[in-house]
Amino acid sequence: MSDAVEIAGVGIHPFGRFADKSVTAMGVEAVKQALAAAGVARGGFQAAYCGTVYSGVAAGHKVLTALGQTGIPIVNVEAGCASGGAALGLGVEAIRSGRCDTVLVFGIEKMPKGIIRSSFFEPWREQAGLAVTPAYFALRAQRLMRDSGVTREHLAYVSVKNHANGVHNPHAMFRKPFTLEQVLGSAVVCEPLTLFMLCSPNEGAAAIVLRRARGDAPGRVLVRAAALRSHLPGSVLGEHTPMSGLLDEDLPPPSQLAARAAYEEAGLGPEDLDLAEVQDTDSARELISCEELGLCAKGGAGKMLDERRSDLGGALPVNASGGLLAKGEPLGASALGQVVELYWQLRGEAGRRQVEGAKVALGHTVGRGANASVVILSR
Amino acid sequence: MEQVPVHEGLFTSDGGGRLLGARCAACERWQFPAGPDCPYCSADGCETRPLSPRGTLCLFTGVLNRPPGYLGEVPFGFGVVELPEGVQLISRLTEADPTKLRCGMQVRLEIVPLHVDDAGREIMSYAFAPDEATR
Repeated sequence: MSDAVEIAGVGIHPFGRFADKSVTAMGVEAVKQALAAAGVARGGFQAAYCGTVYSGVAAGHKVLTALGQTGIPIVNVEAGCASGGAALGLGVEAIRSGRCDTVLVFGIEKMPKGIIRSSFFEPWREQAGLAVTPAYFALRAQRLMRDSGVTREHLAYVSVKNHANGVHNPHAMFRKPFTLEQVLGSAVVCEPLTLFMLCSPNEGAAAIVLRRARGDAPGRVLVRAAALRSHLPGSVLGEHTPMSGLLDEDLPPPSQLAARAAYEEAGLGPEDLDLAEVQDTDSARELISCEELGLCAKGGAGKMLDERRSDLGGALPVNASGGLLAKGEPLGASALGQVVELYWQLRGEAGRRQVEGAKVALGHTVGRGANASVVILSR
Repeated sequence: MEQVPVHEGLFTSDGGGRLLGARCAACERWQFPAGPDCPYCSADGCETRPLSPRGTLCLFTGVLNRPPGYLGEVPFGFGVVELPEGVQLISRLTEADPTKLRCGMQVRLEIVPLHVDDAGREIMSYAFAPDEATR
C-alpha cells in the first residue's frame, strides 16, 4: 500500500470582504467545490481537519453539519498564520499512518477589520501600546535593511511585483497594479513600512481533498512534505513577540526549522523548486522568508529582487498568485489558499499567472505562536 | 493624582524607576517581565531583580495610528533596547520621530503616564528616552 499522498481536488472561496456572508457559508462553498472536484461522494472521507483562528467554537463542525457530512472525526486546528499548514500536516499523517484513505482539509476565516487584534496579547500589553503588530514587522524590516542591504525601494518592489501578479488572480482581494512611487508614497504605517507594503486581514476559505496516491494519472499532484515547527526560545523579534530575549542571529527561526524538516521529508532542496508561495504579511517578510527558506542566500534577498529572480518569468517566481499582499490574509485559510494555487500551477491551470513547466512547488506560512509551516508539492 | 501601574510587577517607581526582570540561576539569562520559570533553559526558581535603567537602542520605529486597546497619545516610538544585563526588550520610546533616533543610541528608562482612567487615576507605564547626559 502506497503511503504517498495526492491532492484529489481543491476548492476556494475568494479572499476579500463579504459583509453578508458567514464564515460557515464560505467554508461550505470551498468544501463543496473540493469534494466535487475530487469526485468524493457523501461518506467518502474518513476525517476532516479545519484550520481557523477567529471562527470560535467548533467552526469546522458547523461547515460539515450544514453539508450533512458529519459522524467522522472533525478537528479544528489553530496554529496562528500556519493553521492551514498544520491542518494539512495532520491530514497527510492520517493517510500515511494507514488510518484513513481520504481526508478533507479546509481553512476558513472572517477577520476583524484593521490591525489584527489578538487574545495573544495580554490586556496590559494592549493598554501599554505594545500590541502593535505592524511595529514588530517594521523592526524586522529595519533589521533586514541593516543586515541584507535591502532598501526602501526593494521593499516597495515586493509590493509592486505581488500586486502585478494579483491582477491576474480572480480570487485575490486587490487586483490593481501599483507603481514603485505609489507604494513609497502611500501612508507611512510604521517606518519604513507604508500602507501598500502591508497585507490586509480579510475573509475567505480554501479546501483540499487528500487521498492515498493511486496510479500515476497525468496531472497528479503529490504532497511531498507538510512540516510544522514552532520557535526556539530566545529570539526577541520572533513571531511569538515576547517582551524580552535576544536578536540572536545564530538562532534558527521557525521557518528555517520547518523548511529543513520539509526538504528532508520530501528528499528535495530549494534548488529543485520551480515556484514558491511565501508569507508576505509585509514586504520585508517576503524577503526574510526567502532567506529563511533558502530560496536565496542569507543576505541575498535584495540581490534576488535586483536580478528579478522572484518575478513571474524569473528563475524562481515567488508569490505568483499575488501573495497575501494582493490576496489579503484570512489566517486559517491562507496556507491552504497557497496549496490551491500551487496545485493549479503544477497542473498548468493558473492562467495568466502560470509558471511554465512547474514541477515542484513550496508553500510557506509563519506567524503568531510562533508557528511556521512549509508544504512541498510535486507533479 | 493617584498613579497606578498598567500592570503589577513590571517596574518599581523608586529612584526614578527600575524595570523588574528575573535572572535564571542556571543559565544566567534574564527575562522581562519577571517570571518564576526560565523561558530559555526551563529551569525554575528565577529570581526577580531590578534591571539597569540605562541601555542601548537596537532597533526602532514610530507608531502613528492608535493600536487596539491603547488609550495613550499617538504617535509614539517603539523599539528594541539592550540592557547591560544582556537582555533585549521591546519598549515604547518617548521620542516618536524616527529621524531623531539612531541604532546604538544610549537610552534611559522613564516611568510615564499613559492615560487617566475613569476613576481619575493616572495609568503609568515604562518607556525609554534618548539619554541626554551621554549624547
